[in-house]
Amino acid sequence: MPENTSSDHKIIERTLDSVLESADEAEQLAVEAAGRIGFPEEELHKIGMAVRESVVNAVVHGNRYNARKKVQLSVCESEGCLTVTVSDEGEGFDVGSLPDPLAEHNLLQQSGRGIFLMRTFMDKFEVRRLARGTEVKLIKCLEGKR
Amino acid sequence: MSAKITLRQVGDVTVLDVAGRITLGEGSSHLRESIRELLGNGKKKILLNLSEVSYIDSSGIGELVSGFTSVTNQGGQLKLLNLTKRVRDLLQITKLYTVFEVFDDEAAAVRSFS
Repeated sequence: MPENTSSDHKIIERTLDSVLESADEAEQLAVEAAGRIGFPEEELHKIGMAVRESVVNAVVHGNRYNARKKVQLSVCESEGCLTVTVSDEGEGFDVGSLPDPLAEHNLLQQSGRGIFLMRTFMDKFEVRRLARGTEVKLIKCLEGKR
Repeated sequence: MSAKITLRQVGDVTVLDVAGRITLGEGSSHLRESIRELLGNGKKKILLNLSEVSYIDSSGIGELVSGFTSVTNQGGQLKLLNLTKRVRDLLQITKLYTVFEVFDDEAAAVRSFS
């Protein structure tokens, strides 16, 4: 578990199993890092939730609970901003093709709100296709640092 | 802590006092099973008291929606009571606040069932 530190830059990296409990660990690590940066309580909750949703997606939809596949988590604290990167080894997905969970005809759908919440709760949400898998990057900055 | 659910009967309304976290896995499946069991027993007036719910994720929201749909499809009613600020905010963000009937007073909620 590498942990690189300088005065204003710290990176925590973890390799997580494709189990739901990994979402708890990722959420906790991200919230602790965000707390060190100085995010207020309500923002910590939103950050934790966004990270949880991202890791759940990686485990459930990306790696499909495959024990041979891992989820890579990286949490970076830098100059008032938190950057969380979550990568899986799945087939990937097209963000543009996802249904709008706020559309009237989708309101009663059971699923499909995870990415919407990540986008809502974080300042930046980026998805990148990897050679093998998908990487989701979540960024949140303190007010005045955006 | 995953969700803990306690059932109470108030007249013909079944109140589910839910506490803890409603997240993917144990928390959301526990809620689903509870509602399914009630419907199986012909209990179709269901009030979910969420005052002690500390956390709900997108899967938990999905379970609320799924429960609402299941109960409605069987001619029943599922309503929400005592939302915490976080759950209320989440339902507003996802536009579900207008879908559910939400109450802050249990007696008023119970009376509202037809």
